[in-house]
Amino acid sequence: MDSVRLGDGATAEVDRICKALVATVRGELKRRGAVVGLSGGIDSTVVAALCARAFGKDGVLGLFMNERDSSAETVRLGRVVAEHLGIPTVDEDLSPMLAAAGCYTRRDDAIRMVVPTYGADWKCKLVLPSVLDSDRYRVYSIVVQSPGGEQTTVRLTPTAYLQIVAATNFKQRTRTMLEYFHADRLVYAVAGTPNLLEYDQGFFVKNGDGAADIKPIAHLYKTQVYELAAALGVPEEIRSRPPTTDTYSLPQSQEEFYFSLPYDRMDACLYARHHGISAAECSTALGLLPEQIERVYRDIDAKRAGARYLHAAPLKL
Amino acid sequence: MSDEIRKRLREFVAKNFYMADPDAFTDATSFLDQGIIDSTGVLELVSFVESEYGLTVADDDMVPANFDSIDALVTFVSSKQ
Repeated sequence: MDSVRLGDGATAEVDRICKALVATVRGELKRRGAVVGLSGGIDSTVVAALCARAFGKDGVLGLFMNERDSSAETVRLGRVVAEHLGIPTVDEDLSPMLAAAGCYTRRDDAIRMVVPTYGADWKCKLVLPSVLDSDRYRVYSIVVQSPGGEQTTVRLTPTAYLQIVAATNFKQRTRTMLEYFHADRLVYAVAGTPNLLEYDQGFFVKNGDGAADIKPIAHLYKTQVYELAAALGVPEEIRSRPPTTDTYSLPQSQEEFYFSLPYDRMDACLYARHHGISAAECSTALGLLPEQIERVYRDIDAKRAGARYLHAAPLKL
Repeated sequence: MSDEIRKRLREFVAKNFYMADPDAFTDATSFLDQGIIDSTGVLELVSFVESEYGLTVADDDMVPANFDSIDALVTFVSSKQ
């Protein structure tokens, strides 16, 4: 689906976003620069690079907000990005705050509802069944790994699932709290980093990473974010890193946690769904069966319905 | 027996999930098409069926054909008893 690509328009899009950043942040919001949480992933890197271009490197503050479940790669690549951009950074260690809020103990208590032997030295991640293989409902299971390396997968009960997610959401909400601390003291805006897939499909935490003053790439498919990364000269090792959630202690791809397909195919399906392209036509372009695309479409619609609550501002009655 | 199962399942769905128009809700109404139940709701429904009827629902049984309406649920639960 070449329609998803910006192609030669990537550089013009960078220029357009940078002008809009200045007009919005300085003109409308009356803020002097931007705070960006850096994860070493493609989205936060592109947002930081856009802000550095718009406000100058001294007009961006990069925040490292790692915690005990963050991968070593996240920590390392975050620093690669900051060094590449030459922006000032602050290192915030989230672990003590999260521990004090009970993030880890509440999560582990919930896991023990379904895996009674789960200990603090175990690792875990949530996974969904593939949407391509069958009509099965996409309900979560948890994969746990003992200190000896033995992995077990158990389907979650609703109570356990909801508490694990609720406890884990402390991570994104604590990051947002810190972003606003720095934004307040510097009179900066907080730049959110969702791309179009995440924004449309609700892949964010309400009042967590869903909260920001500006969302510079929320209108761009992930494929387009990679094109902007190339136009901005983002280092190759950031551009070639597979997208990850980096929220649970076991490595977790975004497909097994949330999306139906790898991002490039997911982009194509979302584009097709947005533009009324039939499952049959989309399936030919992607080399999948029409019934598989129908399932992806149903999953897209279900997630978009769920995202309405996440996007909703407080409602006056 | 299936009348009792039907009554109990209807009570559970009516109590736990919001319906904009309860009068239009029939035993054949699709939960997902009508937006009555989301994926967390499915998990709740499976958990209820397991605890209420002492069943173990296999992963492969968690499909719309078994869980997407009262009629489907009654057929599924009856077949497992």
